[in-house]
Amino acid sequence: MNDIQISNLETIPGTKIIKHLGMVQGNTVRAKHVGRDIMAGLKNIVGGELRGYTELLTDSRVECTRRMLEEAHERGANAVLNVRFSTSSVSAGASELFVYGTAVIVE
Amino acid sequence: MGGFLVFLFLLGLGFFFGRMNERKHFASLHQREEDLSHITISTVKKLPEGYVSSAFVTGNVVISIDYFKRIAAALRTLVGGRIGSYTTLIERARREAILRMKEQAQENGASHVANVRIETSSVFQNASQQLGSLEVYAYGTALK
Repeated sequence: MNDIQISNLETIPGTKIIKHLGMVQGNTVRAKHVGRDIMAGLKNIVGGELRGYTELLTDSRVECTRRMLEEAHERGANAVLNVRFSTSSVSAGASELFVYGTAVIVE
Repeated sequence: MGGFLVFLFLLGLGFFFGRMNERKHFASLHQREEDLSHITISTVKKLPEGYVSSAFVTGNVVISIDYFKRIAAALRTLVGGRIGSYTTLIERARREAILRMKEQAQENGASHVANVRIETSSVFQNASQQLGSLEVYAYGTALK
């Protein structure tokens, strides 16, 4: 699964698309953590980066990307092109991360 | 009375530390942007000529406004107009996210990042619906 290439361009340099396998996607909804929220509360006074949240969102994106790659792997793809991310807050304290792209076979 | 003193204390704390943090952040942004200026970025979707391999690179940051600026912005919304405190906050976040993406591109030995997309969202919005912190996420395809 790790050998699947990801790109948000329409092609991968030096290769040719030989088969399209349709859209693949992955999503995850994450809620914030109480401990982190207390730290964030302090940071809300002095301003600056909320590292805990930055990490949380990075981890969540890794997870939804992994789900997308699993789907691509099942279809036998070796690349996912034109990848897009989207973030939406579904309720107070929770965010949904969504990633989608087109699974293809390149050579 | 006690509540008012706490308010003033938070306001002062936000004012001094917020300003300090902001100045430090801008200085660091400036320095790092200079160091990474050899990596060019573009929003062109088509693959430019002359590159042999690609890698997906990303950068994100969650940033929070300080107490003083939040109050200043709340007062500003009464009369309308340009909210300077949020403008600089979002600028800082965006430049930071782009820099982190470029740093990842540098680790990959890339010289160009194509099709850069930037997404801004207000994350973990609190119950009172005010913008407390926001996330900027930048991603693109690093080429070498």
